[in-house]
Amino acid sequence: MKGAVLGDAGLHMAAQDNVVTAIDDLDAGTEIPYDDRTVELAEAIPFGHKVALVPLEPGDAVMKYGETIGEAVEPIAPGEWVHTHNCESRRGRGDRTADREAA
Amino acid sequence: MATFDGYPRESGPAGVRNYVAVIPISVTASPVAEAVADRTAENVSATPHQMGTDPPEAAREQVERTLSGVARNPNVGAALVVSLGTETVDADAVADAAAAAGRAVETLSIRETGGTAAAVDEGTELARDLHAEIADLRREERDASELVFGVECGGSDATSGIAANPAVGAACDRLIRDGGTATFSETPEFIGAEHVLAERCVDEAVRERLLERVKRREATAELMDVDLRGAQPSPGNQEGGLTTIEEKSLGAISKGGTTPVRGIVDYAERLPVGGGLVLMDTPGYDIESVVGKVAGGAQVVAFTTGRGSTTGNPLAPVIKVTGNPKTADRLAANMDVDASGVIDGEPIDSVGERIYRTLLDVASGERTAAERRQLEEFAVNELQPNELAELRGDA
Repeated sequence: MKGAVLGDAGLHMAAQDNVVTAIDDLDAGTEIPYDDRTVELAEAIPFGHKVALVPLEPGDAVMKYGETIGEAVEPIAPGEWVHTHNCESRRGRGDRTADREAA
Repeated sequence: MATFDGYPRESGPAGVRNYVAVIPISVTASPVAEAVADRTAENVSATPHQMGTDPPEAAREQVERTLSGVARNPNVGAALVVSLGTETVDADAVADAAAAAGRAVETLSIRETGGTAAAVDEGTELARDLHAEIADLRREERDASELVFGVECGGSDATSGIAANPAVGAACDRLIRDGGTATFSETPEFIGAEHVLAERCVDEAVRERLLERVKRREATAELMDVDLRGAQPSPGNQEGGLTTIEEKSLGAISKGGTTPVRGIVDYAERLPVGGGLVLMDTPGYDIESVVGKVAGGAQVVAFTTGRGSTTGNPLAPVIKVTGNPKTADRLAANMDVDASGVIDGEPIDSVGERIYRTLLDVASGERTAAERRQLEEFAVNELQPNELAELRGDA
């Protein structure tokens, strides 16, 4: 597998990634060691879903595979679930084209 | 030297199966084609689809190209082309494609035969005769460089990009090292990862063509003033942990491996033999995408899934690979390769080696889970109104 498994819980696919992928169904409170710190899960994270390792502000790039997979649309604290409720794509946004034309 | 036991053809690469393909020209001819295949031998296989008798010109051209490609796929030993007799898609052109590749071929018109019942009777006779013509052909040892390997993903989740796709990619790298062709498609699933693919293109022309195709697919969403989020990633992908199209794409492209991108062809356009890694511009719908690659000449397909998928193809064996341990367990009877060990530390390269061995075994006649269960889904991509407008130059 590419990347490093942190604390037998999260897969960190590239060094610059700011999220890890849960490699099991993880309970709230699970501790993930990261960069001399411990990230404690604020909520239960299902297998395959992502957890923030660092604080993210709206507009910050969310990084996985060493690449940008989208941007945070609200503040996300370390240990919080990162998914469609707080992270959005930057691509294929016809809805934004309409906004731009209206502006 | 990697080899497989295949069916030699008069021209082109060897087949991995030896079918009589019963190919309907339109939806109207599809039930007749299916009835003929049902009444004859196991290796008489129909390709029923939903295309109408008189599609717009660009769509007509695409249907004809697809069916012609299917008719000359190396796995087709002989073809029976069935039409109602009023279609604008040219049944003779499809038959000629098979004949030009040296295959035995017959055509059947429902109108000329006097209706569907008579056509089924007549078609059954023709299919039996064609089957008799090819049934004695024996497999012989062939070089792996004759293989065109189509790779596809469907029902993706987070494990697809972590385990199953990179493992299939490692198998693609092996086949290409041995001189073969690997191809993957689903252009909407290049969005957000096209810069990675662009860097791997062999020259500027391929790079420009790739970026233009991705831009066109992305523009389809923008033209309609909608965003891709409802469809890409799909609700199922999202439940499986994929948040954005970028994330899905970055995982999806790993199924093609790591070698240079040598070209990008149109939907159902002929793929080069011995061509390395070549992309095909297709929509994201799995069944249509697989058919595009089979029409392009792929003899074997690998299909990765996270959440689960059971689909096959009437003419090409489809090898199912999952990296999700739950799917590997629950859908064990529909899976061919379990790649979920990657999550627990099995090296991707060792799973890639297993997939490559499976590819050569399947090419030599070993039946896949989908073949054993006669799962034979088939659909031709139908150009949408906005795509037709763009091809006419209206947009």
